[in-house]
Amino acid sequence: MDFPTFLIQLLNSFQYGLLLFMLAAGLTLVFGIMGVVNLAHGSFYMLGAYLAWSLTSATGSLALAIVLGIVLAVLFGLALEWLLFRHFYERDHLDQVLLTFGLIYIFEEVRSIVWGDDVHGVAVPEMLGSSIQLTHNLSYPVYRLFMSGVCIVLAIGLYWLIAKTRLGMKIRAGAFNRPMAEALGVNIKLIHAVVFALGVALASVAGMIAAPIASVYPNMGAQVLIMCFVVVVIGGIGSVRGALIAALLVGLVDTFGKVLLPSISGMLVYILMAAVLLWKPEGLFKS
Amino acid sequence: MSTAKANLEILPRSIQVTLGLGLIALIVFPLVGSEFYTQMVTRMMILAIFAMSLDLLQGVTGLVSLGHAAYFGLAGYALAFLTPQDAAVSLWWTLPLAVMGSGIAALVIGFFVVRTHGIYFIMVTMAFAQMVFFLFFDNKLLGGSDGLYINFKPQAGFFDLDDKRVFYFFTLLCMVVVYVFLRRLLWSPFGRALSGIRLNEHRMRAMGFGTFNYKLAAFTLAGALAGLAGYLWGAIGGFVNPELMGFHMSAHVIMMVILGGMGNFAGALVGAFAFEYLLHAFKDLPKIGTFDLGKHWQLTMGLFIVMVILFAPRGLLGLLGQLFAKRPRVAEEPKHGDK
Repeated sequence: MDFPTFLIQLLNSFQYGLLLFMLAAGLTLVFGIMGVVNLAHGSFYMLGAYLAWSLTSATGSLALAIVLGIVLAVLFGLALEWLLFRHFYERDHLDQVLLTFGLIYIFEEVRSIVWGDDVHGVAVPEMLGSSIQLTHNLSYPVYRLFMSGVCIVLAIGLYWLIAKTRLGMKIRAGAFNRPMAEALGVNIKLIHAVVFALGVALASVAGMIAAPIASVYPNMGAQVLIMCFVVVVIGGIGSVRGALIAALLVGLVDTFGKVLLPSISGMLVYILMAAVLLWKPEGLFKS
Repeated sequence: MSTAKANLEILPRSIQVTLGLGLIALIVFPLVGSEFYTQMVTRMMILAIFAMSLDLLQGVTGLVSLGHAAYFGLAGYALAFLTPQDAAVSLWWTLPLAVMGSGIAALVIGFFVVRTHGIYFIMVTMAFAQMVFFLFFDNKLLGGSDGLYINFKPQAGFFDLDDKRVFYFFTLLCMVVVYVFLRRLLWSPFGRALSGIRLNEHRMRAMGFGTFNYKLAAFTLAGALAGLAGYLWGAIGGFVNPELMGFHMSAHVIMMVILGGMGNFAGALVGAFAFEYLLHAFKDLPKIGTFDLGKHWQLTMGLFIVMVILFAPRGLLGLLGQLFAKRPRVAEEPKHGDK
C-alpha cells in the first residue's frame, strides 16, 4: 500500500468512525443515563437520511434541509419520549428490547407508506462537490472532509455541553445520583426528555450528512444499529469519551480490514469487541 | 434483570388444559389441513423447539443471548455439508452429529461468554454470533452469502421424511420430547440450580454451587437443542443461508420467548406459534380502500408487539393465566424498580 492510498483509507476510516460516534453518542447517553436499550436507534439514522432526501427535493438546498430536519427530529424525539420511552425507564431491559423492536417494525412501515420503498440519492452540494487531487489518479472528495468536520464540531459541542454548561452538570448529576439530583431541585423528567431528543437529533444528523454518500434506502438503520452497539459496548456504556475512542477504533479496524484482510473483514470488528470485553468486561471507559 | 418476569413455573390447570387441547389439535391438523398449511405448521413447531431452547437460557437461567441463531444455523449447515450432491444421508447419524456440532460450538463460545453479565452478556453473545455469520457469509467455501442447497432430505429407514405429513409428525414428536424433557429439567436439581442463578448468582456461589459450570452446561444444552431445530429447518427447506444465523433470527426468537412469557417453556411454545401465525395473518390482511394493510404488515405487527408490552407485560401465557384466574392474584413480588 503506497502512501496516498494509505492516506485515503485513513481519512475514510476517520470519517466512518466519526459518523459512528454521532450515532453511538446518543445511544450511550440514553443507555447510561436512562438505562434504556434502544434497538430503534438505527431508525433515527434512517429518519434523518429520508428527511434530508425529501427536504432537499422540496427546498433545493441540503443546508436548509438539515436545519429543518434537526427541528423535526428534535420534535419527534420529544414526542416519542413523552409518549412511550418515559414509561419504560424503570422497566426490565427485555421489555425495552421488545418495545423498541416493535418500534423498528412501525418506523420501517411508516417510512414505506410515506416515502415508498425505492432507493434514493441525495446530490452533494455544488460547493462541496469537488475533489482534492492526491496523485494523478487518486483523489479525495471534499464532501467527506466536510462530513468529518461537521462531526468534529458536533463532538466538541457535545463535550462542551456535558462538561461545561449548567445543563450538562444537571445531566451528569442525574446520571450519577438521581434521587439526590431531584432533591436538589433538578427537573429530572425534563433532563431525560432533553437527553433523549439530543440522541435522536445526533443520530438523524448523522443520517442527513451521510445521505449524499451512502444513498437513502429501506432498512438502512439495521446494519448501522449493530455497529452502534459494538461501539457503545467497547467504549463502556454511558461514556461519551469511550464512544469516541471506540468509534475511531472500529472505523480503523473495519476500513483497513477490508483492504488488508478481505476474507475475514466482516468478523474483525466483532473479534475486536470480544477481545476488548474479555480484557475489560465493562468496556474501555466504564463511566 | 429478568427475575421479576419469570413466573408460572407451575402451570395453572387452565393453561395445562389449553396446552393439551393444542396438542390434540396439532395431532389432528395434518389429517384435515392442506399440504401447504401442514408444512407451515411444521415450521412453526421447529421454531417452537428453537424458542424453548432459548428459554432455558433467557427465562430459566437469566442469560439473554442475542446470538442464539448461530447454533440454529450451524446444525443446518452441518446437514448441508454432510449431504452429498447426489444422494441422501441417514438421519440416524447426521442428526446426532449436527446436534453435537452445535453443542460443541456453544461449549467453546460459552466458555468465553458466560463470564460476562447482564447487558454485556447480550452484546458478547451477539458479537460471537456475528463472527460465525460473517465466517459463512464471506467464505465461498462455506457457501458464501448465497448459502447451500440440501438436495435430499435425510433418510430415516422405516419412515419417509419426503412425505410432508411424516415430516410433520416427526417434528411434532421432537417438539413434545423437547418440551417434556425441559419441563422435567426445570424441576430437577440442575434446573433448580439454574433458577437460583437467575434469582441470585452470588448467593448460589456462596452456597457452594460452581455457577460457571452450571451456566456453561445450560449454554451448551441450549445450543444443542437449537441445533436440533436448525437441522430440521435445513431439512424441511432444503436450503441454508447465513441469514439463519443472523442478528434478525436471534432477535426474532427472543421476541417469541418474551411474547409468550418466559421461564416455563410453555410460554416459548405459545410465543413461537403466535408470532409465526400473526406474521402470516397480518400479511393476509385485506385492502382498506386504497391502503393495502397486508403489504404493510410490519405496521400491524409492530403495533401488536407494542400493545403486548404495554398491556400484557407477562406475555401471552401470563395473559391467558390471568383471564382464567378465579380470583386476583396476591401481589407476590415487589414491583421491579422499587428501591
